[in-house]
Amino acid sequence: MISVGLLLLVWELCATYSGIKPTILPAPSRVFEQAMLNREALVDNAIPTIRATLLGFACSLSAAFALSMLVDFFLPLRRALFPVFIVSQTLPLVAIAPLVVLWFGFGLAPKIMLVALVTFFPMLVALVEGYEATEAEIGQMLRAMGAGRWRIFVLARLPSALPYFFAGLRISITYAVVGAIFAEYAGAAKGLGIYMLNAKNNFRPDLVLAAVGVSAALTLVLFGLTVLLQRLAMPWERAGKESAGKGPWR
Amino acid sequence: MSRLELRHVRKAFGGLDVLADISLSVGASEFVSILGPSGAGKSTLFQLLTGAEHGEGEMLFDGAPLDDHGRHFAFMPQCDALMPWRRILNNATLGLEVQGIRRKAARARVAPLFAEFGLAGFERHFPAQLSGGMRQRAALLRTVVQERDMLLLDEPFGALDALTRTAMQRWLEQMWRHHRWTALLITHDVREAVFLSDRIYVLSARPARIVREIKVPLPRPRSLGGDAARQASALEAEILDIILNPNPPKGHDHD
Repeated sequence: MISVGLLLLVWELCATYSGIKPTILPAPSRVFEQAMLNREALVDNAIPTIRATLLGFACSLSAAFALSMLVDFFLPLRRALFPVFIVSQTLPLVAIAPLVVLWFGFGLAPKIMLVALVTFFPMLVALVEGYEATEAEIGQMLRAMGAGRWRIFVLARLPSALPYFFAGLRISITYAVVGAIFAEYAGAAKGLGIYMLNAKNNFRPDLVLAAVGVSAALTLVLFGLTVLLQRLAMPWERAGKESAGKGPWR
Repeated sequence: MSRLELRHVRKAFGGLDVLADISLSVGASEFVSILGPSGAGKSTLFQLLTGAEHGEGEMLFDGAPLDDHGRHFAFMPQCDALMPWRRILNNATLGLEVQGIRRKAARARVAPLFAEFGLAGFERHFPAQLSGGMRQRAALLRTVVQERDMLLLDEPFGALDALTRTAMQRWLEQMWRHHRWTALLITHDVREAVFLSDRIYVLSARPARIVREIKVPLPRPRSLGGDAARQASALEAEILDIILNPNPPKGHDHD
């Protein structure tokens, strides 16, 4: 928090006393002022971005979960599919975004696809590695109890993957908003991306930065939500930390 | 009448002989230990029994070949294998849940045992909140409530500090006198084997064969002092000698 404040202060001083025109480098105070004046337009454009982000992320999450399970149960699939996913991560968004818009139009679909494209892989990797991290003894014990593969997956592998999953989720969620904005930049009727593009073309860097501020705030909120969700989903983690003084063993 | 009987069991992993020739038996309500150096393949034996691996030779339970492995054994692995995300109560009911018993009924069956296992008041705790000894008792509780014919204990106290381990051995001996479980214990701790067992099988280094079968004639309850303790020390010295000076190997030396 202090570092962010300091950065803003330096920026403010530079913009005010260096003589650079506000149409080149607007001071934070001006950005904030303009953001307030244009708040209706900003909110209006933020809503489609939020919708695209959440829908895209939901699709990506379901796909990552379904595929991770498939890969966990049929190991050869992992070898067959992973190269494809890795290649998908090398696609430059700058090139792909306009193409996807070209193919699927200005509607919601291309945005959802691009958000899913950038968020899918970290979650898939996290889930697959998480299943693998299951303690071997727990697996052996469950087999000795008479549990089948599905029972072992539900009782042991899935919960073992949770910490990994949340690590992947946190990485993914920071890409999600950027992904949506990129898609809108390439073509949209409304959204933060197209708002930024228009502001830039009208020589209004202050409004570009105001939209950047909104997108940063969105990402922070989403990130905070994942942290909250992790606390709710994994109460044992905090319980373990609180009593760490009792004497950890091994 | 022996419940578990192994006849000339062998196991090799990719050309490497791990178990050379294992024949042993465990009688009803008998506490038997398998004692051997680290890496001798003791845990492999349990993998055969629980069906995780398959070997050669005959494995009989109550005279019938072992097929449905899950039915006879309750297995306690080397680490406590408690699930960090389940509270102690739900860890204890795990085996019953896998058997298809409803959670509520399983809890009702497990709950009265918490006091005896020194875990009363810790039902709602997570494993990470418990000490090593308590975790091990919780793991044993999870094992015995399955009410299988026989317990398989794989170095259950290996990860504990020396004092806690001694305390746990005394506690387990007392629990065993009370419940008379049929049990097979794997250990490399000579004192632990002598203190807990009715009989001990001494294994050689890999490939493992049974070097000696030793009866432990000490009276129960086992004590740490007096005449019995001196007898125990003599027995421990004898076993250590067998393990540390293995040549000439005597093969099957049943007494």
